[in-house]
Amino acid sequence: MTDATANQGPDGLLLATDGTPLKAKLRQSMKASRRRAFGLVLPLLLFVLASFVIPIIMLLWTGVSNDTYAANMPRSAPLMRAWDGSSQPTEAMAEAMVLDMIDARKAKTIGKVASRVNREQSGTRSLYTKSARRAAKMEPPFLDALVKADKDWADIETWRATKIAATSLTPAYYAAALDYKYTADGEFVEQDEVRQIHVQLFWKTIWVSGAVMLFCLLLGYPVAYLLSHLPAKKANLLMILVLLPFWTSLLVRTTAWIAMLQSQGVLNDIFVWLGITGDEQRFSLIYNMTGTLIAMTHILLPFMILPIYSVMRAIPPSHVRAAKSLGATNWTAFWRVYFPATIPGIGAGGLLVFILSIGYYITPALVGGQDGQLISNFIAYHMQRSLNWSLAAALGGILLAIVLVLYWLYDRIVGIDNMKLG
Amino acid sequence: MRGRTGLTLPERRGAIPFNVQGELPAWYDGGKRIFLHFKIEKEKPGEDLMTLKTLIGAASALAMMTGTAFADAKMDAKKALEQAKAAVEQAMAALEASDTMSGGASYEFPNLDGDQVTVVSWGGAYTKSQVEAYHKPFIAGTGAKVVSEDYNGGLAEIKAQVEAGNVTWDIVDVELSDAVRACDEGLAEEIDMSSLPDGADGTPAADDFIAGTLDVPCAVPTIVWSTIFAYDSEKTDRTPTTIANFFDLEKFPGKRGMRKSPKANLEMALMADGVGAGEVYDVLSTDEGVDRAFAMLDKIKDDVVWWEAGAQPPQLLADGEVEMTTAYNGRIFNAVAAEDKPFEIVWDGQVWDLDLWIIPKGAKNKDAAMEFLKYSTSTQALADQASWISYGPTRQSSAPLVANYATKPDLKMGPQMPTAPQNFGNALQNDFEFWADNQDELNERFNAWLAN
Repeated sequence: MTDATANQGPDGLLLATDGTPLKAKLRQSMKASRRRAFGLVLPLLLFVLASFVIPIIMLLWTGVSNDTYAANMPRSAPLMRAWDGSSQPTEAMAEAMVLDMIDARKAKTIGKVASRVNREQSGTRSLYTKSARRAAKMEPPFLDALVKADKDWADIETWRATKIAATSLTPAYYAAALDYKYTADGEFVEQDEVRQIHVQLFWKTIWVSGAVMLFCLLLGYPVAYLLSHLPAKKANLLMILVLLPFWTSLLVRTTAWIAMLQSQGVLNDIFVWLGITGDEQRFSLIYNMTGTLIAMTHILLPFMILPIYSVMRAIPPSHVRAAKSLGATNWTAFWRVYFPATIPGIGAGGLLVFILSIGYYITPALVGGQDGQLISNFIAYHMQRSLNWSLAAALGGILLAIVLVLYWLYDRIVGIDNMKLG
Repeated sequence: MRGRTGLTLPERRGAIPFNVQGELPAWYDGGKRIFLHFKIEKEKPGEDLMTLKTLIGAASALAMMTGTAFADAKMDAKKALEQAKAAVEQAMAALEASDTMSGGASYEFPNLDGDQVTVVSWGGAYTKSQVEAYHKPFIAGTGAKVVSEDYNGGLAEIKAQVEAGNVTWDIVDVELSDAVRACDEGLAEEIDMSSLPDGADGTPAADDFIAGTLDVPCAVPTIVWSTIFAYDSEKTDRTPTTIANFFDLEKFPGKRGMRKSPKANLEMALMADGVGAGEVYDVLSTDEGVDRAFAMLDKIKDDVVWWEAGAQPPQLLADGEVEMTTAYNGRIFNAVAAEDKPFEIVWDGQVWDLDLWIIPKGAKNKDAAMEFLKYSTSTQALADQASWISYGPTRQSSAPLVANYATKPDLKMGPQMPTAPQNFGNALQNDFEFWADNQDELNERFNAWLAN
C-alpha cells in the first residue's frame, strides 16, 4: 500500500507511473480491448444488419407507406391529396388524371396503379385500365370525357378511393390489418362484418400458441424429469429418441401426421378395429384445429424438453434429499423445492414454443383445413397470392408487436434473467 | 430394281423441316445409270419419318419405272426426265395432302448450342406432358439446355425477381388472370405475335389460335384447362350427373373437396343454383348474387375438405377422404389413364380457363426463351402435349392432330378434352376481368367466410 500512497496525485487520485490518473489509463487499455472485441463481432454485426434488421425495417416501412400511385401518377397525386373528398371533382383533377394515365399507359405502370386503387374499391381496376386505353384520344373538358368513357367516373366514391391511394404515407394498411377501413375523410370505420377476419385470427393464433405451449409442457415435463433422473447410458438413448424427430424434416413429419390422422388413416383404422367407432363415423382428426394442435405439439415438443432437461440436470439431488430429511413429503419436496428450481427451464421452453408457434406456417397450412389457419398463413397469402405486400407488412408488424409485448410481460412476471436455455 | 435412292433426310423426331434433296435412278442407258437429281427446298413440315421415307421411295420407284420404260422405247431423254419429275411432284402432292403428314408446324429449329432456358410450370403430370412434347424435341432440335422448375402459380416469385433485377426464370406457365396482371404491371416482356409460326395447315398464327386468346400482348396461350368435379365410381353407387348434385348433401351425402379459393367455386355454386352459364358473371357482379353463391356454399361448408395444389384432389379421392371433389380435369385424367383409378369426371358446370407462357421482364435468356415459346406453341407441339394430358390445345390446327394417349394407344384423347362437344354443353369461361376487379374483395370475404 505504500507504493500506492506514493503514486497519489494532489487531488488524491491514483496515478500510473507516467503520471496520468490510473482510471484514465485503465479506460485507455479497456478501450483497446473493447475495440478488438468489437472488431471480432463486426462481420457478424454487419451481416445481421444487412440480412436481418434492415430488410425487416424496410418491410415494416411498406406497411405504412405505399407510393405506387404517387410515383406513377405525379400530376394527379398532389391534387387528389389536396381535394377535400366531398366536393365535386374539379376539371383540373380530371385533366391531371387523363395526362397521367397517358404517361402511365406508355410506361406500362397503369396496371400497378389500377391494382392499388382497386384495393380501396373493387371494380376500379378495369375502370382505370379501360379509361387509360382511351385517354390518348380524350379532349377537354376532361371530366366529361372521363364520364363518357365510363360512367363510374361520375361516382364520387371512385375519386374518394383514388384519394386514399394517392396518399403515400397511410395508416390504411394497419387499419385493414385490424379490420378497420380508413376513409377519404381520415376516419376509421369498421369493416363490413362479412369481411372481418384479422382480429379474430390474431386471437386464434395466440390461443393456439398458448394451447400448444401448454400441451408441450404437460407432455415434455415428465419426459425431461425421466431423462434427468435415469443413468447416463439410458438417458442418452432416450435423448436420441427425443432428438430424432427434431432432425427429421418438418415436411416429412407433417405429412406423416396426415397419413396417421386422416379418416382412412392408421389411427382411425385402429379405432374401427377396436370397435371404438363405427366405420361410417370415423373421427375427423385432421384438416381442422385438432390436426393443427396435434402436429404442432409434436413438432415443437423438443423445444420444450431440451431447456427443461438441461435445467433439471443442474439441480443437485441433495436439495430434494435435504427437503425430505427435514420432513417433507414426496409431493412437498417436489412442489416446494424441485419445481421452483425448474421454472427457468419452463420459462425458456415456454417462451421458445410460444414464439415459434405464433409464427408457424407450414404445418397449419398442410393439416389445418379451414379452421386451423393462423395469422401467418394470411401473411404468406398476402405475400404470395394477393401481392398486397403492404397489408402483409402491417400484419407482420402487429405480430411482431404482440411478441414484443408478450416478451415484456414475461420479463415483468418471470424475469428474463431467470431464463435458461441450457 | 437395281436403282438406289440417295436421300438425305434430317434425322430428327418431332416437327422436321422438309428439306429433301437426292438423286433418283431415272433410267438405264446401255448399262449406264442416269440419275435424276432433284432438290426440294420447300419447307414442308413432317412428323412421321417412316411415312416420308416410304412416299419418297414410292416416288423414286415410280420415276425409275417410267424412266426405264421410256429408255426402252428410245424416247427422248429430256421428255423422260420431265415425266419422272412429274411423278416425283405427284408423290409430293400426295404427301402434302396426306392426313398423317399434315402435322408439324412451319417452325425451324435454330442452333442454340450452349444456350439455356429455365422453364417454369406447375409440376406433376402437367409438367411431364410439357417435358415430353416441348422440352425433349426442343433440346434435340436446338441443342439448348432446358432446366425445368416447378411452382404453384401466382406472380409473387416473378414480381420478386423482376423487382430485384435478377430474373432467373426465362419462361413461365401462368393462368390467364395472372398473365393479364403481369402484362399490366410490366412484369412480362411484350411478344411479337407475328413471329409465331403459322399453323401446320398454313393458317397464320393470328387466325389459328382460338378467337380472343391472343389478346394479351405479353402472353401466348398453350392449353385450355378446366375445373370440373369428379368422383370415385368404385366407392359409390350414386352417380352424380350435374353440378347441382355436387351441392346436394341429401341425395349425395359425403365429404366434398374444393379448391381453397373463391375462383370457380362461386361460379359453380351459382350454376348449381340454376343460373345459366351466360348469366353467372352478371349475377356475381351484384351483392345479392355474391350472397346467393355463398348461401349455396354454406349448404356444404361443414363437409368440405379444402385443397390447394392440383395434385391433392386425386389423392383425396383415392384415399376415400372425399366423396366428390373439384379438380383440374387433367389431373383426374392422369389418375385414370396412368394410375388406373376408377374416377369419373362430371363435365356439367365446368369452368374453363387458359394457361399461357409469359417471359418475365428482363429474363436472362430471353432469345432462347422466345424460341422455346415459338416451338412449344406450334401446331405439332401443342398436339403432342395433348396426347400426354387432357388439356386442349389452343391452336385450331392442332385439334385434328390430337391422337391417342401416349402410353395407351387405344385411349382416344379427343373425348377427354374440356372442349369436346359432349363435355362442353354447360361450360363457363373464367372471366379474368371480373376476377381482376373483384378478387381482393371476394378473397377477403371468402377467407372470412372460411374462418367463421
